[in-house]
Amino acid sequence: MSEAVRIRDLTVRYDRVVALDRLDLTLESGTAVGIVGPNGSGKSTLLKTVAGLIAPAGGTVEVFGRAPRTLPPGTIAYVPQVEDVDWSFPANVYDVVAMGRFPRLNPLAPFSKHDRAVVDGALAALRLGDLRDRHISQLSGGQQQRTFVARAIAQEPRLLLLDEPTTGVDAATEEALRELVRGLVSQGLPVLMTTHDLDRAEDWFDRLMVVDRRVLAQGDPDTVLASGAYTGIREHSHVHGHARSDEPPVPRP
Amino acid sequence: MSDLILAPFQYEFMQRAFIASLVVGTLCSTIGTYVVLRKLAFIGDGIAHASFAGIVIAYLRGLDYYIGAACVAVVTALGIGYVNRRGKVSLDTAIGVLFTGAFALGVFLMSRLPTYNVDLQGFLFGNILAVSRQDLVVTLVLAAIVTVILVLLYRPLLYTSFDPVVAQASGIRVAFVDYMLLVLLALTIVISLEAVGIVLVAALLVTPAATAFQFTRRFTPMLLLSGAIGAFCALAGLYASYYLHAASGATIVLLVTVLFFVGLVVGRRAPRAV
Repeated sequence: MSEAVRIRDLTVRYDRVVALDRLDLTLESGTAVGIVGPNGSGKSTLLKTVAGLIAPAGGTVEVFGRAPRTLPPGTIAYVPQVEDVDWSFPANVYDVVAMGRFPRLNPLAPFSKHDRAVVDGALAALRLGDLRDRHISQLSGGQQQRTFVARAIAQEPRLLLLDEPTTGVDAATEEALRELVRGLVSQGLPVLMTTHDLDRAEDWFDRLMVVDRRVLAQGDPDTVLASGAYTGIREHSHVHGHARSDEPPVPRP
Repeated sequence: MSDLILAPFQYEFMQRAFIASLVVGTLCSTIGTYVVLRKLAFIGDGIAHASFAGIVIAYLRGLDYYIGAACVAVVTALGIGYVNRRGKVSLDTAIGVLFTGAFALGVFLMSRLPTYNVDLQGFLFGNILAVSRQDLVVTLVLAAIVTVILVLLYRPLLYTSFDPVVAQASGIRVAFVDYMLLVLLALTIVISLEAVGIVLVAALLVTPAATAFQFTRRFTPMLLLSGAIGAFCALAGLYASYYLHAASGATIVLLVTVLFFVGLVVGRRAPRAV
């Protein structure tokens, strides 16, 4: 398996606050790695750094051997935990999912049959076919989340980053999402995903990583779940519930 | 009826005015779609006021006013973008600081002129009937350049207007796209100064797009409808000003404003106010 992401000694700071401290991570193609940890542990920061949205204060991040910001357009698809968009924007579900194709298209290239087929496939995979003409302001939280996952799928990325995609979705949607992610992983796509839900970790991930600014434990889900690190996180998670991240938002790029 | 329609065209200056107003109305309202959706309404006003300094400097140096206005407008637009990105101030604060400073420079330089000058005052409110053949050529060339770049950047502009963070993660150069939009906006404003003037150009940037937003929930129809509203109002406003013997720029803007309120009442499809 080829190496998709290689992180060594990564340190990220927000002003003087250390969000990630000398973190190492390797993600191979065709592998799904789950990142778990309490609120404010740096999970979202890790994904944003891999996406090239945050510059490291120290260490290196390589995606397919290159710095994230030097990759060809369309390489990384990122689904943030909180979509900070204007919900009154004139766009329906199809329009938003179609945006996933934009990084791959030349300025004058028409939106081809292939592009339309990919978008239709992404809509179908996320069970959004019936909602394709619905304005984004009229979607539930779970439907919004599925729309943004569909946009990421439509991009046909080489690396998929998902920040708590199951938060706020119903059980059926979560299962559909899991099947979709596992299907993409089986086709060779590397996936890095944060989650609070540890109960089905072994069904989602090939490896699990417990993060609290540093890597506390990592390995196959069963081993990590059996470790003390998992217990500590679980207790912390229950105390804090499934609250949204308290990490600073990413400034406009 | 046909006499009423054709009467203004017997004058060559009116023919030029119609062409210029059509171009300005369409271009302003088209790029205005991005201005409205990105909530940059204040920026058009700011760049327009800042360009006044360029007009005065060009006048003092004996240069074409387009050169002076374009230089100051583009520098101000890029400066606003840079201060907003690199500084610790919000966008509206950056606009407020830079455009008032540049406008004050224009007023300062004008106040030192030995004689009161009507030509410079004309740029504040516009005078589309004074568009010369050379002005028209410059307008058409600049409008063509802006249009071509807008077409080339259509997808990145749309994506970054909606979701800049995810667009950046996907590899779209958001900073480049943002700066290009500011430059195109500055050039569009410079083209529009003679038609509607510094004070009123912001209305052509914002109002047609805000009107179109009342009628559609999709981006491309909004873009096209905004352009059509701008073109219609520019032509109809010019006609009205001809027969009412009124200022053309103000008449065009008043017509656009009336249409906006009609849209507010009639339009039912907008999900929420912009």
